[in-house]
Amino acid sequence: MKDSQGPLWEVFIQKKSGQPFVHAGNIHAFDKEMALQNARDTYTRRMEGVAIWVVMSSNIVSSSPEEQGSFFDPANDKIFRHPTFYQVPDAIKHM
Amino acid sequence: MKTLDFEQLFESKLANGEMIEPKDWMPENYRKHNIRQISQHAHSEIVGMLPEGNWITRAPSLRRKLVLLAKVQDEGGHGLYLYTAAESMGISRDELLDALHTGKAKYSSIFNYPTLTWADVPAIGWLVDGAAIMNQVMLQRTSYGPYSRAMIRICKEESFHQRQGYEGMCALAFGTPDQKKMAQDALNRFWFPTLMMFGPPDKESPNSENALKWRIKRETNDELRQKFVNQTVPQIDYLGLDYPTNSGIKWNEAKQEYDFNEPDWVEFKNVISGNGPCNKERIEARVKAHNNGAWVRAAAAAYAEKQKQKSVAA
Ligand SMILES: [Fe+2]
Ligand SMILES: [Fe+2]
Repeated sequence: MKDSQGPLWEVFIQKKSGQPFVHAGNIHAFDKEMALQNARDTYTRRMEGVAIWVVMSSNIVSSSPEEQGSFFDPANDKIFRHPTFYQVPDAIKHM
Repeated sequence: MKTLDFEQLFESKLANGEMIEPKDWMPENYRKHNIRQISQHAHSEIVGMLPEGNWITRAPSLRRKLVLLAKVQDEGGHGLYLYTAAESMGISRDELLDALHTGKAKYSSIFNYPTLTWADVPAIGWLVDGAAIMNQVMLQRTSYGPYSRAMIRICKEESFHQRQGYEGMCALAFGTPDQKKMAQDALNRFWFPTLMMFGPPDKESPNSENALKWRIKRETNDELRQKFVNQTVPQIDYLGLDYPTNSGIKWNEAKQEYDFNEPDWVEFKNVISGNGPCNKERIEARVKAHNNGAWVRAAAAAYAEKQKQKSVAA
């Protein structure tokens, strides 16, 4: 959407080193540098993170909620992908 | 899927306590209600920076000044979280700001009252942020995902706002007789406007029914107001201040809660519709700030465009 505030960006924050980047929210900014600075000022005023990713919202590709059922269907009947599907003798440890 | 199926899906999500997300189908009225409520909330955060901002340069100590700066900056951040939550429903920031600047959109009536003395700063932190927290804690579980997530973030930050306010009230209430008088005066002036923050009585609240049905709200205006009074009266007692004139605060043994007088709802309607003591000043300040920033936005846009050209050329 055309906006005098610049394009919309998605902000992802890594809480601690080694942890995944988690979506925090959105900001407006005109370029990458400003996006990082605005994300820092808006979402990490209390040391909420050690690293930030920003990506322009228009670059996000999302699955559609209406197709949630059929889209995730292939994983639905594959319980053999889970460890509890398999019997291991009681005498066996560390498995 | 037919519209009916979408509607069933929407209703079943609400019934199961699931969240509605931006890409989900939603009834037009749900969208409208949320845009109105979230943007009003965002405007309140931004306009709310003004009455307290009024005292930043005159804070009584460096500590109080640092704290007030951080609090006012937080409120700006809250406004930004909420604006983008509203934008996720398909309205632009420009449209939202325009509605505020032209008086089309409302914001909390409390911010149309002036901050006359320093005591108003701690009184606002204690009472106004206290009332806001009550509302916001409930809204953490609101049905629209982005709104709920913004509220969770905001609630984490609000508790310092209220605590610094009460600390400031203690300093005045246990200070010199003049300071205590200031504290009492601030409590007297902010008591009823704070009670108004929860909105009109349930029997006259036009938007409440849908808000409850759609799980946008989970408690009624009157329920939240009562909860706030129950929580706040012992805090007044601790400060050794008198109950505000005509507040009618009295413990009700049978109900196990406090009785209290309703605020003047005629005054509330007046202030909400633009005739409060500071409405004009607040909007003028927002419009001025927005217009003064126009060249910055233009320059930033031109710079970004130039960088883009350069990277294409390279
Ligand atoms: Fe806030
Ligand atoms: Fe606050």
